[in-house]
Amino acid sequence: MNNDTQARTHGVPVGVRRTIAYIVLIFFSVLCLIWFYILLINSTRSHAEMTRGFTLLPSTNLVNNWISLINGTIPIARGFINSIIVSVCTAVLTTYFSAMTAYAINTYRFKGRTAIATFILAIMMIPGQVTALGFLQLINRMGLDDSIIPLIIPAIASPVTYFYLKQYMESNLPLSLVEAARIDGSGEFRTFNTIILPLIKPAISVQMIFAFVGSWNNYFTPALILHTDTKKTLPVLIAQLRGADWLRFDMGQVYIMIAASIFPVIVIYLILSKYIVGGVSAGAVKG
Amino acid sequence: MKKKVLGLLLSTTMVAGMLTACGSTASNAPASTETPAAETPAADTAAESPAADTAAEAPAADVSADEGKVLNISAWNEEFKSRLTDHYPGYEVVDGTTGKIGDVTVNWLITPNEENAYQNRLDELLLAQDGAAADDKVDLFLVEADYAVKYTDTDYTLSVTDLGLTANDMKDQYKYTQDVVTDSNGVIKGTSWQGCPGVMIYNRAIAEEVFGSQEPEDIQAHFSDWNKFVESAAELKKAGYNVISSTADTFRVYQNNAELPWVNGTQIQVDDNLKKWVEDSKALADAGYCGTHGQWTDDWTKGFYPEGKVFAYFGPAWLIDFSMAKDVEGSIAHDGGWAATEGPQGFYWGGTWICAAAGTDNAGLVADIMKKMTCDPEIMKDIVLKDNDFVNNRTVMEELANDPSYSNEVLGGQNPLKMFCAGADNIDMANLTAYDQGLLGDYQTAMGDYINGNYATYDEALEQFYTLALQRYPELTR
Amino acid sequence: MGAKKSNQNVVKFNRWGYIFLIPFFVTYIIFSFIPLCSTIYNSFFENYRSGLKQIGPNFIGINNYINLLGSPEIWKYLVNTLIMWIGGFIPQIVIALLLAYWFSDPSLRLKGQRFFKTVIYMPNLIMASAFSMLFFALFADSGPINQILMNIGVISEPFKFFQYVASSRILVMFMNFLMWFGNTTILLMAGMLGIDSSLYEAAQVDGATASQIFFKITMPILRPIFIYVLITSLIGGLQMFDVPQILTNGRGNPTDSLTTVIMLLNRYLTSKDVGRGGALSVFLFIVTGILSLIVFRMNSSEDNK
Repeated sequence: MNNDTQARTHGVPVGVRRTIAYIVLIFFSVLCLIWFYILLINSTRSHAEMTRGFTLLPSTNLVNNWISLINGTIPIARGFINSIIVSVCTAVLTTYFSAMTAYAINTYRFKGRTAIATFILAIMMIPGQVTALGFLQLINRMGLDDSIIPLIIPAIASPVTYFYLKQYMESNLPLSLVEAARIDGSGEFRTFNTIILPLIKPAISVQMIFAFVGSWNNYFTPALILHTDTKKTLPVLIAQLRGADWLRFDMGQVYIMIAASIFPVIVIYLILSKYIVGGVSAGAVKG
Repeated sequence: MKKKVLGLLLSTTMVAGMLTACGSTASNAPASTETPAAETPAADTAAESPAADTAAEAPAADVSADEGKVLNISAWNEEFKSRLTDHYPGYEVVDGTTGKIGDVTVNWLITPNEENAYQNRLDELLLAQDGAAADDKVDLFLVEADYAVKYTDTDYTLSVTDLGLTANDMKDQYKYTQDVVTDSNGVIKGTSWQGCPGVMIYNRAIAEEVFGSQEPEDIQAHFSDWNKFVESAAELKKAGYNVISSTADTFRVYQNNAELPWVNGTQIQVDDNLKKWVEDSKALADAGYCGTHGQWTDDWTKGFYPEGKVFAYFGPAWLIDFSMAKDVEGSIAHDGGWAATEGPQGFYWGGTWICAAAGTDNAGLVADIMKKMTCDPEIMKDIVLKDNDFVNNRTVMEELANDPSYSNEVLGGQNPLKMFCAGADNIDMANLTAYDQGLLGDYQTAMGDYINGNYATYDEALEQFYTLALQRYPELTR
Repeated sequence: MGAKKSNQNVVKFNRWGYIFLIPFFVTYIIFSFIPLCSTIYNSFFENYRSGLKQIGPNFIGINNYINLLGSPEIWKYLVNTLIMWIGGFIPQIVIALLLAYWFSDPSLRLKGQRFFKTVIYMPNLIMASAFSMLFFALFADSGPINQILMNIGVISEPFKFFQYVASSRILVMFMNFLMWFGNTTILLMAGMLGIDSSLYEAAQVDGATASQIFFKITMPILRPIFIYVLITSLIGGLQMFDVPQILTNGRGNPTDSLTTVIMLLNRYLTSKDVGRGGALSVFLFIVTGILSLIVFRMNSSEDNK
């Protein structure tokens, strides 16, 4: 506390600035959280209760809402499973193969290396939407329409993940280690799998989380590819609520379904938040 | 011209149902040979009415013996599913999206209607039909009047006569329900269990309070034309009620009374009556007599409860039974607080037709479903008694219209069927085009913005309508 | 001899570089490059479905481009997109700068930093579609926000948020702001922590105030990361889709003022209008291409440092 006077600058005293900072921070924290609070409250209330006005305290219909959602026409449980399959597979494929690509660029000095590195950097920013049209035609021709495979396989080529991992390897992976492995007679592929991957684990886990969340939240492509209700992922089913027809005017179901798709990610996030927030800034320093 | 011819046809139907039967048989000459064979079982079921349930289960199983074991039904909501569940003999519910008829699994492919999503999905399914495995093929799909032509005038739908439905089976159906699904060669490509004449459904309690009576005749006097409608709306406003929930409620009434079809050749045309809807609605909304939200929204359904303070909705029988929250405690429908009257103008709304998809491996079962649900007077009567739907069977409807023991609980014991029967006779769907659903949606979107004051003039909104329409249908012109 | 051998060995090892690149490039070529080419190819054809009938493909040269760029729609949607992006971006960058500055200011020594960072970053991870559906329900005419406002007496009748262009757009901007300001804060903070603290000390010795330090030292040093955030956010902004799409159910209501470029693309894609959709994709490709080039330049120049 004594440092206050030391660190005090001309102009506004530190104590005042600190108070203002806390007020603003608390304001924005509330602004971030209040929606989820209302969501939580309303998912415990029945449609009839909600028409009567908002209350600050939860009611007792959480289970009822959940039961009517489960028994409704939207296959929410299937959606959950589909979303988990797609997101987990995507996260694993993306990080594994991006690490492999990054390792190739980082470790080997082959002809055209810089050109390839430049190329990947150049395509990094191109959004998936601009190739969506051709992509849809392609998967139609492959007979993969209305299937989750085209949501998973393309994740192998992910320039953004590659870029992050390459930056990480540049500063954290001594090439001497690879040489040492070679002298020990380890094959290149084995070196990568058993020595390199464990070494870059921190970076991999951060990217895994991002890939998982990105895929979990993805809406544009799944909405164009998936048609059968039982194959749809959560975002597509949520969007369906918005276009819901006259049978589904039970807001209790709407709120509980939103809650069901949001809160798992929030829980995962709260558990892993240290790594995630750290990961964002790490990427920033390098990028 | 076309409309007049149809009108004439309709009036003929009114005189004698038999004539229609002859007419249909004549136009479907090639099928007439099948008639005697197919007629007998249909007559049987009708005769053995008490035992209908048990007797019908047998044919259902028979029919599917050498057919596919999966029946795929494409629909945009649950209405037909609940009809089939409640009234098709032998249908068992497995879960939310599957059922069973005998040893055949019934798969419901339900895609909501919004933004043409249902049509887009159905297009994909039908176009992929040839390459699909037998169990993945669509066997039966539902269409609405707004776009029925798009499907019936193609080879993707089967003629019902080829499936085994005879003119005699369909003799009691309202003629217009057949016109909607008759293709350009005069072949009937679908069939419906319901008719959809619309009425004005008003809140008895509010009527009593504001107009001093809740009797349909008295209320009708206050709403017999659009001028009186506005006057009464003002009175309701003074008492704190909205005359209708939203401006969208009257759209169908004006649109049905339009002279022009939406599209002539490839040119989009906007009828004067639609412009009148816009102007009248703007006046209503500006005066605060009603809201401007869309139908099927949370706000729209508020009026189904007393707190919503809405005097009336416009709708057909299926709206009363299916949408007004009659099972929810505290709703007006639950307490039988509604009543029905004709309102300012006659109209119709919706209606669902069953079509058989070309390539189906369950033709026999599809035909049986069509026959039982849309031709069997016993089952259809049962639908009226249990669900208060208006069924596509003149004899049944007229019988019940004159049956004092029939009453609609949602409507507080009123028997509205005479009104519906009269309305059904006047339905004229000659103006339908394949583009109606998309175009009337876009028109309402653009005009809704004008009514809300987001466009300064009607012409600006019209411009926006054309923009949206041409985005949706590049083949059309303005 | 020995040197040569090890050199050969290294060359032999280096071949593995190509092998390790195979999965990436095979996948990229199949799922991105070929689709890109076919998208470009398709943009020169009239090719759509009328009902169940296929029209085309008929080669029509650059007519799709002429129609697309010649119609007011695309420009309107581009302006919509930019307005909603700017409206979200300006508060986002201002607040993010402020918060990042506070977080990294050693003299403030804010407590609970981890908590605040965790909370403000959270909306970024929320499913945009669920978040928009939530806002749609919360801000409905009879939704909880209106109920709360009426309870505390701010308004006497429900305010119809989705009926007015301004309020609908502000909601989209607000959601974009909420989802991204935490992310930007963390990015900027990382930049600020990289600033040599001796610079601050020297400034303090010279008697600079907090705001002088911020504008004269922090801002100029942050410029590169600032531009990076700006352009990546612009590229992201051009892809704006989930929020307005779900909030307006794809219609972009009211008056089509919430329709973004990608929503138009989505309309073409769902109605199988391959020709017009192709032309729009190529247009977007070129625009984002130019923007990415700027980011790319920045990245590579930083790499060279």
